[in-house]
Amino acid sequence: MTVKLLDISEINMTNESRRGFIGKAFGAVAGVGAVASLVAMKKTWDPLPSVMSAGFTTVDVSSLAENKLEIVVWRGKPIFLLKYSAAMKPTDGRNIKIGDHYFSVMIGLCTHLGCIPAYNGEIFKCACHGGEFTSDGVNTFGPPPRPLDIPPFKIDGTTLVLGEEGEEYKKMTAKA
Amino acid sequence: MAEFKKAESTLEWFDQRLGVTNLYKVMMSEYWIPKKINFLWAMGVILVMLFKILLISGIFLLMYYKPDVNLAFDSVNYTIMQEVGYGWLMRHIHAVGASVVFLVIYIHMFTGIYYGSYKKGREMIWISGMLLFVLFSAEGFSGYMLPWGQMSYWAAYVITEIFGGIPFIGDELVVWIRGNFYVSDATLTRFFMLHVLLIPLAILGAIAFHFYALRFPHVNNEDGEFFDFDEEAEKYLAGNKKESKVVPFWPVFLSKDFMVLGFFMIFFFYLVFYHYSFAMDAINFDKADGLKTPAHIYPEWYFLWSYEVLRGFFFDIAGISGKDLGLIAFAIANGIFLVFPWLDRSPLVKPANQRPYFKYWFWLLIADLIVLTIYGKLPPTGVNAWVGFFSSMTFLILFALLPVITKMEAKKVGGE
Ligand code: HEM
Ligand code: FES
Repeated sequence: MTVKLLDISEINMTNESRRGFIGKAFGAVAGVGAVASLVAMKKTWDPLPSVMSAGFTTVDVSSLAENKLEIVVWRGKPIFLLKYSAAMKPTDGRNIKIGDHYFSVMIGLCTHLGCIPAYNGEIFKCACHGGEFTSDGVNTFGPPPRPLDIPPFKIDGTTLVLGEEGEEYKKMTAKA
Repeated sequence: MAEFKKAESTLEWFDQRLGVTNLYKVMMSEYWIPKKINFLWAMGVILVMLFKILLISGIFLLMYYKPDVNLAFDSVNYTIMQEVGYGWLMRHIHAVGASVVFLVIYIHMFTGIYYGSYKKGREMIWISGMLLFVLFSAEGFSGYMLPWGQMSYWAAYVITEIFGGIPFIGDELVVWIRGNFYVSDATLTRFFMLHVLLIPLAILGAIAFHFYALRFPHVNNEDGEFFDFDEEAEKYLAGNKKESKVVPFWPVFLSKDFMVLGFFMIFFFYLVFYHYSFAMDAINFDKADGLKTPAHIYPEWYFLWSYEVLRGFFFDIAGISGKDLGLIAFAIANGIFLVFPWLDRSPLVKPANQRPYFKYWFWLLIADLIVLTIYGKLPPTGVNAWVGFFSSMTFLILFALLPVITKMEAKKVGGE
């Protein structure tokens, strides 16, 4: 019998446990790699920075006509601007006062599945599944589960900045 | 290779290197199919053909299509439809193919349900089939977006919006899927990638899996009879072809399939040439406009039944909003077929007409799906809304009853 000078497998590990160790080491490397690639893949699908920052729209509301729906675009979404006439009764927490007039400022997408409701001079009607909303956006009929959403806004004299959270907006959401 | 001798023939040359004779036996001449089957068993091969047709016509469309919100609509409606020689034909083949593939998938699925081909060892065939159904649905949805017409846009909008119903992460998830706050260029380009690459690759894999899953439990037959395939195969190979209950996949089974396929192809090209418009919605010939919802939005016919389940709940029940109920029902409708083998508690593998209770259940389900499909296309107002509600409820109740009635059936027949 010859005597081996150095045989690691005999000194501290059997073949089994060496393979086990290699397996675990590989598992750790593969695990880290898998998590890292998932993160990277998730990020490639994220909206681009340019998309995220193009998020502000400014409108001067002083020239709007009473009880006539104006639609502006903010983040690709239609925003309803409805100037109330003296005969229309504003609701606290739904309508906002800009200058001397009350307005409805709402995201013009049905809270059911996102169609654009139409205004008939009194109420909003959604053609897709028959939802209805009052002129201040409260759902009164059909599948929509909640009133039309109010976008973050800031009032600056008679201009409205969409996408920025101003005092009035914070007050409104604090109440809700 | 241990020993190597010079090949005597071309076949032998290939045999030595690729084992082609064995491959041919395993895949074709000694892959055994029961004799007692009918034309409904040809649907699988028709589906393979349809997938090929979609792939080839798609490749031709791909050469002119432009996945960009400014160019997409014209690249389809002007370039492909009017300029490219026979471009219109490729488009009609692709559109009609995408529609008809669902018709055949439904026939195939309900053949499986009718004959009980999803249980007693055939569970993985069923699961892999449902995987194909999910992939084809995703393929159909992503492809529908590409022409960037009004229906493309609003279908994309409404369907991606559905993910917003998932608790907690819903809103962020929708933005993430779209790559923007709304359906936009980023959305179009990524769904283009899914449609032309990732999903077709996954479908190829899933078809291979489906076929592999068929090999062990073997194909079912008209009587649901279980027999020893090895024994029957031996009989066949020994020359007792009459007595044997099986035939080889090639040339015997496939030659009959090709007959059915022939009739099908005539029907298919009849649709392509004379009746293509059912697959091309008129509203989709208006360019996408994110600020103008069409008066009435509906999906392609094959999604109508689940769409009707989604909107069937138009009022609140027990404090849960109609919207959430609809989403829950929709999720159930889409998931329930996956667990079908476990909802059927009866061990009986027999055609539905020989099962005392299941036969009623089966035809009720078909009738309900037809009602859902018809009303899914109608505006959901007045009576329509109520028909939608009751047929959606019927759907859910039928599936809730399935384990119960199949259990009763098992008792009645004494668990044969
Ligand atoms: C494009 C998609 C599909 C292709 C290419 C395909 C192909 C095939 C083929 C060639 C067969 C064997 C012959 C036959 O019985 O027709 C088969 C059997 C089967 N498929 Fe599919 N199939 C597809 C989708 C589905 C779907 C969506 C389901 C339902 C969940 C399904 C469930 C089954 C079942 C249960 C069988 C066994 C039938 C039996 O044993 O009698 N398949 N498929
Ligand atoms: S999207 Fe408005 S009612 Fe469904």
